[in-house]
Amino acid sequence: MSDDHDHHDGDDDHELRVSKIRDGTVIDHVRGGQALNVLAILGIDGTDGEEVSIGMNVPSDRFARKDIVKVEGRELSQDEVDVLSLIAPDATINIVRDYDVVEKHRVERPEVVEGVLSCPNAGCITTGDEPVTSRFSVLEDGVRCSYCERIVREEIASLIDT
Amino acid sequence: MRHDHLITSKQLSRADIETVLDRAAEIDADPSAVADRHANTLLGLLFFEPSTRTKMSFETAMKRLGGDVVDMGSVESSSVKKGETLADTVRVIEGYTDALVLRHPKQGAATMASEFVDVPLLNAGDGAGHHPTQTMLDLYTIRENAGLDDLTIGIMGDLKYGRTVHSLAHALTNFETQQHFISPESLQLPREVVYDLHQRQDGSGIKEHESLEAVLPSLDVLYVTRIQRERFPDENEYQKVAGEYQIDAATLEAASDDLTVMHPLPRVDEIAPEIDDTDHAAYFEQAHNGVPVRMALLDLLLSDDRGIRGEADE
Ligand SMILES: [Zn+2]
Repeated sequence: MSDDHDHHDGDDDHELRVSKIRDGTVIDHVRGGQALNVLAILGIDGTDGEEVSIGMNVPSDRFARKDIVKVEGRELSQDEVDVLSLIAPDATINIVRDYDVVEKHRVERPEVVEGVLSCPNAGCITTGDEPVTSRFSVLEDGVRCSYCERIVREEIASLIDT
Repeated sequence: MRHDHLITSKQLSRADIETVLDRAAEIDADPSAVADRHANTLLGLLFFEPSTRTKMSFETAMKRLGGDVVDMGSVESSSVKKGETLADTVRVIEGYTDALVLRHPKQGAATMASEFVDVPLLNAGDGAGHHPTQTMLDLYTIRENAGLDDLTIGIMGDLKYGRTVHSLAHALTNFETQQHFISPESLQLPREVVYDLHQRQDGSGIKEHESLEAVLPSLDVLYVTRIQRERFPDENEYQKVAGEYQIDAATLEAASDDLTVMHPLPRVDEIAPEIDDTDHAAYFEQAHNGVPVRMALLDLLLSDDRGIRGEADE
């Protein structure tokens, strides 16, 4: 090879930008700029003391830019992972124990998401003071409130109930 | 499947709808046969927004089945004024009654309320959402006058805000119908509704128009709704647009002799009074049908073997 430069695999190289974790979850291949929404949809805001590291707009082979989120001390359940599909459909989930990846998942679109999103329709019963958990069915190209039937196709991340 | 509540006509299959309409026809033919059928039964009327007509129709239906009603009264005089949630209100009132009728300004209110109660709950309108008992009486009237299969229907007027129209259009996708939607562009069917209709039926059964003229001769039924003044920025614009969607005897010269004209009432000037005495007019009959249809729904939901359940479903 006549190339003077070392050519590493991009992902391995950039992995170093965020610290390795011992036990927990690495969410990789999140679309660039969506990392904070990933944390919001998982209800992680740091107040419970979780150790979280985030890489944003990291160069990637698969996308031009990707985000990566590492949560120490917490293994995401399949339900939590599935909710991520709404904003990060290409994400891969690595469950780490003692520095080793022990499980790898792709996200799958759930049929229904409960208590994660809030309805944007001011005329919807779920937007008042009622003791009701929001529920959205997941369509091919959006989500739909199970109460008022409003369909949302764009900016789903803006509906995340924080 | 069995339906313990009536929330939206969307939940009902063709077989479910036919079960309700058949029961309504039986009751209509011989109301005295059910005069005591639900003696000692109490129906709770929870109307969070006024609708005297719908409320009276439910009250009549329950009393004609031998039962009685208790009425929450107006929102101003109730606990709701003090900030009680709907979830609490329905859980309290269900303890007094055998079934509940709910009308509420918020969409999805009936769906939510039904999750908190065990007695049957009938949705009498949830904001811009559903009004399934109106849909059932519309279907009953169409079946009596024109039949529900091989039907060509025109639905005209305010298709954007008219919830009766949305529910009816959806319910008709259970049958072999050609639906023509006629409205000014600004009052077209919401895209959500069009999306749903296309999910249910291939697009050929659904067409949108801005003028009645071209489709009128092919129609078996013309369902007219009111275009409200408040949908328009000024009086001139309203007069100009609304005028194009009003019908009179001259309009109907181009229609089939068998055309049935329907309207959910109250009307203002969408249908000229000169049509009332013609064979086309079915809107008063339609209003009267509210009683046997609501009797049928209450009967199915309150019977020992309760629930709306189409025979072909089992
Ligand atoms: Zn909603």
